Amino acid sequence: MTDISVEVCGLRLRNPTMLASGVLDETARSMLAVAKSGAGAIVTKSIGIEPRSGHPNPSVVELEDGLLNAMGLPNPGIDLFSKEVKEARKGGVPIIGSVFGGTEEEIAELAGMMAEAGADAVELNLSCPHAKGYGAELGSSPERVETSCRLAKRACGVPVFAKLTPNTSYIAELAKAAERGGADAVVAINTLKGMAIDPEAGMPILGNRFGGLSGPAIKPVGIRCVYEIYESVEIPVIGVGGVTTGRDAVEYIMAGAQAVQLGTAVWIRGEKVFREVCREISQFMKENGYDSVKEMLGVAHSGRH
Amino acid sequence: MLTLAGIRLLSVRKNSSETASVKTVRLGGELEAVPGQFVMVWVPGKDEFPMSVSYPGSNFGITYQVLGEGTRALAEMANGKKVGIRGPYGRGFSIKGRKLLMIGGGVGMAPIAPLVDIARAKRLSVDLVIGAKTSDDLLFERRATRAGAKVHISTDDGTKGFKGFASELATELLDSAGPDHVFACGPEKMIVKIVAAASRRKIPMQASLERHMKCGIGICDSCALDGVHVCKEGPVFPLEELRKFGDLGVTKLDPAGRRVPV
Repeated sequence: MTDISVEVCGLRLRNPTMLASGVLDETARSMLAVAKSGAGAIVTKSIGIEPRSGHPNPSVVELEDGLLNAMGLPNPGIDLFSKEVKEARKGGVPIIGSVFGGTEEEIAELAGMMAEAGADAVELNLSCPHAKGYGAELGSSPERVETSCRLAKRACGVPVFAKLTPNTSYIAELAKAAERGGADAVVAINTLKGMAIDPEAGMPILGNRFGGLSGPAIKPVGIRCVYEIYESVEIPVIGVGGVTTGRDAVEYIMAGAQAVQLGTAVWIRGEKVFREVCREISQFMKENGYDSVKEMLGVAHSGRH
Repeated sequence: MLTLAGIRLLSVRKNSSETASVKTVRLGGELEAVPGQFVMVWVPGKDEFPMSVSYPGSNFGITYQVLGEGTRALAEMANGKKVGIRGPYGRGFSIKGRKLLMIGGGVGMAPIAPLVDIARAKRLSVDLVIGAKTSDDLLFERRATRAGAKVHISTDDGTKGFKGFASELATELLDSAGPDHVFACGPEKMIVKIVAAASRRKIPMQASLERHMKCGIGICDSCALDGVHVCKEGPVFPLEELRKFGDLGVTKLDPAGRRVPV
């Protein structure tokens, strides 16, 4: 019997796929639809204290092998979003509330409010590459990552995940800092900072000029980061970055991820991607003699036993 | 290969006025689109916004209301200037039936006009309601007449044709013209009324909806309507789906994702 259910930080997931933050997760009804389409858990849009409209369009550029986006953290603010969280929980899968802030204290305050709204866990977005003053500036400093996690842990009674930036030369150090601060898990990776120029227009396409690259193009970077982090910390790792097929998910799990998040894959394969990726994981396990996801965890570090 | 897949730069061939606030820009290029589908229009350095295609095929064009900074910049673009296009995206109208009633309210005529052209090319009967606030704002009356549609005019102020809302004239025609399929695009209040009238008479219909769009490709959730994404599953929806939307005519999301009244 192949069993693809997993348990991450006490959260029971029917399968190891989660909806990544930023995709189809600004409204409860969309999150409920994703839960229905088979996701094991859902991470919400990144939410701040105040409503934000985000960056001017274009906010997305389609590439052959991924997306470049600079949405700019649009969100209705935690007060209004609390209602969406409550409603989204009716889908029967864990809701992980993503929050961002300009300071460690603000992030912690939001974590507390997100937990109060009913989130089963909180994901600290310490890594948005395209919103000035938020995310990456704070998230590339190990000291500030540690403090953010420590204060967030104090502010809420649910598991705290730290989502890390790959736009640094020392992601394992960031993971260690998150662990020191008491984070229950790390999520890696956020998008890679990038830019696209239209040659005919002679200017950057994105309204914000810079954006974050996601999708198949960044998968090898994500795999490498998860592999490095797995060797550096004891807490669980959740893998994200270009997971589009069951085999991609297996790669992440073998690098050391207990679960994976899918975002750009929803654009590539539609909402049905969750069910399809789960089927592909099961198929792989059957063909290769694995009975549980746990048996595949981190095998790339020591070879299969 | 990480090449730019989505965006295509086309040159402005002709930017002409339809009414005081509505313009049509023809872009040197070919773009096949089903009426009701939309493109994301990038005015480099200014903005990018969704627009339905009013002239599909060669010498493709869009018809737009000059409203914000982006459309103002587009309106001022001289021939030869470059505009970026992504798309076409979404689900357009699907021609069904033999005796059609179409309703275009205001700039909602933009996707209805090519639909009239296609239906008439198939020799289908088309009754068309063109609605506007006042007679100067009527859009594509000559184009639709030439295509052979029976054109019915409604203006809110009575300066031409029926005095009142396009939805009222459309409701009369549901009974008097005996259509077997209805197609509508225009203000949401108008669509809500036509949905109710068509439902009561059990006449199938399709309507094109509008929500604030950012990505245009079904991922960002900014155009969410009851968990459905107008940019991907829509913008055209059939009657059975329209009737299920609790938010239709009631609330929509603003750019920050706050629910605001329609």
